[in-house]
Amino acid sequence: NKRGGRVKLQPMVMPQSEFDHAEKEGALYGKVMVHESVEFLLVQKPVSVAFGRFAVKIKGGDMALSRLTSRSNGISRPLSTAFGRFISTDTTPITIETSLPFTAHLCDPPSRSVESSTQELLDFFRTMALMRRMEIAADSLYKAKLIRGFCHLYDGQEAVAIGMEAVITKKDAIITAYRDHCIFLGRGGSLYEVFAELMGRQDGCSKGKGGSMHFYKKDSSFYGGHGIVGAQVPLGCGIAFAQKYVKEEAVTFAMYGDGAANQGQLFEALNISALWDLPSILVCENNHYGMGTAEWRAAKSPSYYKRGDYVPGLKVDGMDAFAVKQACKFAKEHALKNGPIILEMDTYRYHGHSMSDPGSTYRTRDEISGVRQERDPIERIKKLVLSHDLATEKELKDMEKEIRKEVDDAIAKAKDCSMPEPSELFTNVYVKGFGTKSFGADRKEVKAALP
Amino acid sequence: MLAEDASFTVTHVHPMRTLDGITLPHVLRFLRFVTLPGKKKMAARIHGGAGAGAATALSTFNPKKLVAPSRTNLPAARSSKRCIVAAAGSDASKSLRVGHSQKLIANAAVATKAETSATTGTGHELLLFEALQEGLEEEMDRDPRVCVMGEDVGHYGGSYKVTKGLADKFGDLRVLDTPICENAFTGMGIGAAMTGLRPVIEGMNMGFLLLAFNQISNNCGMLHYTSGGQFTIPVVIRGPGGVGRQLGAEHSQRLESYFQSIPGIQMVACSTPYNAKGLMKAAIRSENPVILFEHVLLYNLKEKIPDEEYICNLEEAEMVRPGEHITILTYSRMRYHVMQAAKTLVNKGYDPEVIDIRSLKPFDLYTIGNSVKKTHRVLIVEECMRTGGIGASLTAAINENFHDYLDAPVMCLSSQDVPTPYAGTLEEWTVVQPAQIVTAVEQLCQ
Repeated sequence: NKRGGRVKLQPMVMPQSEFDHAEKEGALYGKVMVHESVEFLLVQKPVSVAFGRFAVKIKGGDMALSRLTSRSNGISRPLSTAFGRFISTDTTPITIETSLPFTAHLCDPPSRSVESSTQELLDFFRTMALMRRMEIAADSLYKAKLIRGFCHLYDGQEAVAIGMEAVITKKDAIITAYRDHCIFLGRGGSLYEVFAELMGRQDGCSKGKGGSMHFYKKDSSFYGGHGIVGAQVPLGCGIAFAQKYVKEEAVTFAMYGDGAANQGQLFEALNISALWDLPSILVCENNHYGMGTAEWRAAKSPSYYKRGDYVPGLKVDGMDAFAVKQACKFAKEHALKNGPIILEMDTYRYHGHSMSDPGSTYRTRDEISGVRQERDPIERIKKLVLSHDLATEKELKDMEKEIRKEVDDAIAKAKDCSMPEPSELFTNVYVKGFGTKSFGADRKEVKAALP
Repeated sequence: MLAEDASFTVTHVHPMRTLDGITLPHVLRFLRFVTLPGKKKMAARIHGGAGAGAATALSTFNPKKLVAPSRTNLPAARSSKRCIVAAAGSDASKSLRVGHSQKLIANAAVATKAETSATTGTGHELLLFEALQEGLEEEMDRDPRVCVMGEDVGHYGGSYKVTKGLADKFGDLRVLDTPICENAFTGMGIGAAMTGLRPVIEGMNMGFLLLAFNQISNNCGMLHYTSGGQFTIPVVIRGPGGVGRQLGAEHSQRLESYFQSIPGIQMVACSTPYNAKGLMKAAIRSENPVILFEHVLLYNLKEKIPDEEYICNLEEAEMVRPGEHITILTYSRMRYHVMQAAKTLVNKGYDPEVIDIRSLKPFDLYTIGNSVKKTHRVLIVEECMRTGGIGASLTAAINENFHDYLDAPVMCLSSQDVPTPYAGTLEEWTVVQPAQIVTAVEQLCQ
């Protein structure tokens, strides 16, 4: 070539052609199927006929049924609005079908009917909208140079965080890499802590010393927040080991991306977990791009759920919060009994890898907008909410406005927070020893005596 | 402080211990210990600031007889004893002999001239790896959260027998045999520590821990800081390192120089059975991640250690031999080379002060500083490479802090900056030999 070397550089294949790639199963297939399913949700048929293939069964009185029909007929609008507010505190159980079936490896896939409730549906919507808004706000803060360094945004992938939270307790541990803002929120973190930490203020969840990539919440077993991808998976398996050691009946979700799935430590950790029967669940959030490298260019085998070989796996539509919920529930039960399992969440991120990456040099804007139109998790929930008549469009819009205000308030409050004290530079490097005769590492304190 | 220490250490087993600590408020113990093979039992006990009882022992220190990496069983025979005598200060110093043989000698012939001053000590004699095992076992008994993970630590008993018998006693869940994946099992140990367990992670050889450097640096050292203090990582990472007996380049690495700038970890190096057990226990009890460096050639050192429970301060240096003319700072195996050189130096009329720094991170600048202020000359003898080793950092630290007290530039004797060769003669010349130490002292003390 021009520089005198012998390497012939192949032209990079245009991102569009990925859809034609034989092994790219997920995104396009998902799009098509979801499109159909969503259509069926907006049922236009009269009551007497069954509600299409993807039945939405509503248990409850005739009142619900009549509401649905009346809505679809377009009359008696005020009736539905009046009842809309009433429903929002009701916990009527609902069964929802996931849009895509689960693909399983070495195990029986769970059923596609997910038990849910009206309350949960609205909660999902609210929390996901909150997460989405938080990430968008972080985007603007970054552009305003209030957030510096690396900022990896999670919008588009909210369904994974939400679905997981719905079935686990605070004792179950979650550990992830650096795309951790929304998971932190889901684990009970507050918006204020998030923004304060992002802006490096002292009230942040890590006292401003961690930054975007180091969110932790010990009391709800959220173990972060790690910069080097792949390294969190052995940590997660270690947490699972500890859970087994103290016989806690809890599981650990060790999350990583499709890029990190190629790290060797994952397989090492998986081997040990399978050997020692640890309750660890490896969750691959497959958003199809490892920074700028598309999945098919980085992984010979794009079926991340099969990579465990002897470890069972499940492939899940990661944009469907209920599929995620079902899968996590299944995984938790499995892990407590049988040891590790891999979940692959087929998801997508709208932003680039981080704020320094525009996200469009390795994929087309059409692809991004296409996924946003057809698979967006919040839109899906919104349609479910509307079709179940749990709230009206206007109410949802109001909710979104409320959320926006909440986020803005949190940002304003975080902006007011002060930066950490200079002395904080040296705190928390070591834990001051106690119970031994020691000075403490800086030799400035009195020796503590042996117990 | 002194009284406290006295209650722990003075009244117990160590023969001929002189506490020179009266003037210094902090514990500056030096160990004087003599062990004999078999019949002749000799102990002298020193109380408080009483005069030093000196024991003369001609012993041959044989560090070569060790468990080779091919993992043949250790000869359990009583005949393979090693004896160490560290010189005591003051009057009897002339009569002290410290012998270190560089050759393979099966049986150590020990002639001792004992001066018993008080009642016989009630300690027990053991080898360094047994001391480590004892420390580990006591801590595992004491705290159910302590577990050990490493390659071949369980059923095999540990490649250097440090964890022998523990798997039978504590079961598979507490003494875990891992597959060969340092990165992953170090990460798992750290993850378990985040939840509150206290794993002791063994690297079969320190060099293997290079594979786990990411976990040690990022997750072990930094997690307490980046989480704003939420998580503590009370792990102990231990393993043998250092130049062995013709083990080859990759199995003779000194990792203390690579780990020393990781913020958030503490590093200690043990050199005698007494401080091995003490440091092991202190490291397990510490809330910070501690890396305990052992040495392949020191596992068969024999010493009498107290029966009572004791721990050593993790951040403290050990005064091996007080002196007036020059401060020699050393750690781990080089301590023995220094003591051998000290014997020659004493004969030539010099009075070196030998300090085993023990704590590699952070340095015990208090003890070191006091010594520098006394002697005004410093020689550092270490096994790390010349470039970027512990000695290099220590030189910088001493120059920064005690420049005004120095009469001569700080001299640092380190290993050559080469991969350790296999050939015995070449290997001998990569590490510092006693003759070089003697020359260096003579040069500094002109």
